[in-house]
Amino acid sequence: MPKLHANLPPCYDLARQLSAYLDGELPADLCHDLEAHLGGCPDCRVVLDTLGRTVQIVHALSDTPVSLPADVEARLLSRLTGA
Amino acid sequence: MPGPTITISVYDDDTQLLVGLRRHDPDACTCMVKRFAPLVFARALRLVGDADEAEGVLQTTFIKACNAIDSFDGASGLGTWIYRIATNEGLMLLRARRQSLALDDVAETLQPGDLPDSRVAWPEDPLRSTLDSELRGQIEAAIAGLPEGLRLVVMLRDVEGLNTEETAAQLGLSPGAVKVRLHRARMRLRESLAGYMARPEEIDDAEAAR
Repeated sequence: MPKLHANLPPCYDLARQLSAYLDGELPADLCHDLEAHLGGCPDCRVVLDTLGRTVQIVHALSDTPVSLPADVEARLLSRLTGA
Repeated sequence: MPGPTITISVYDDDTQLLVGLRRHDPDACTCMVKRFAPLVFARALRLVGDADEAEGVLQTTFIKACNAIDSFDGASGLGTWIYRIATNEGLMLLRARRQSLALDDVAETLQPGDLPDSRVAWPEDPLRSTLDSELRGQIEAAIAGLPEGLRLVVMLRDVEGLNTEETAAQLGLSPGAVKVRLHRARMRLRESLAGYMARPEEIDDAEAAR
């Protein structure tokens, strides 16, 4: 499959700004340009949406419970309590 | 087989737990491990990429936390404080392993491979709104597959929650370089997840299960 946007410089330039846009770190003038482009470019809207959901998924790793292997926990407690 | 049941309900919030830790109550120590060690280990494993080394980071983190508990000022949450110690330990281990962090393994500019390839929308699926074990496996594998120069940035920014300046200071990068790397890392993770998130048969399965 050919690369998306291969011949579309506006998308190429603006695609670099999507991450900063999601973080609210994009200067106002670039924000305006990006939003104007997004209004007419369904592909970029998909990329923005899916990039935002990717970031949410990565964020969720920070507080999603995981199980600690029992032997790892036992060795840690042993080190800490001197048992 | 489950291990012995340990009553940790006496420390049902971090404030009480801190009091117990400062009294050097063994139950408080056990409670701290039960409450924070799983996430410390998961974060350490993502940072250093090796289970044995991650266990070393885990143990050092808790030993340091216990030793420094009297000087913990409570400005951040207890968990946040412990996770920061773990991040520092993990980064120290990476530096010691190879004299410096392998941060120059990626270019500072957007590469052709970082341009969005997948343009398939991800269906809204309630089953995907939570990080279940399958999705966790997908994203963990995608993060593990990033070059270190991108993995560390996305770890510190999007998992540890450091801001751009803090991340730059931790890694010895400029804030601009952090932003470029973060964007590249997120775009790669997006591409890695796309096949899973946009897979239509998953929707059919979800529908059938309702």
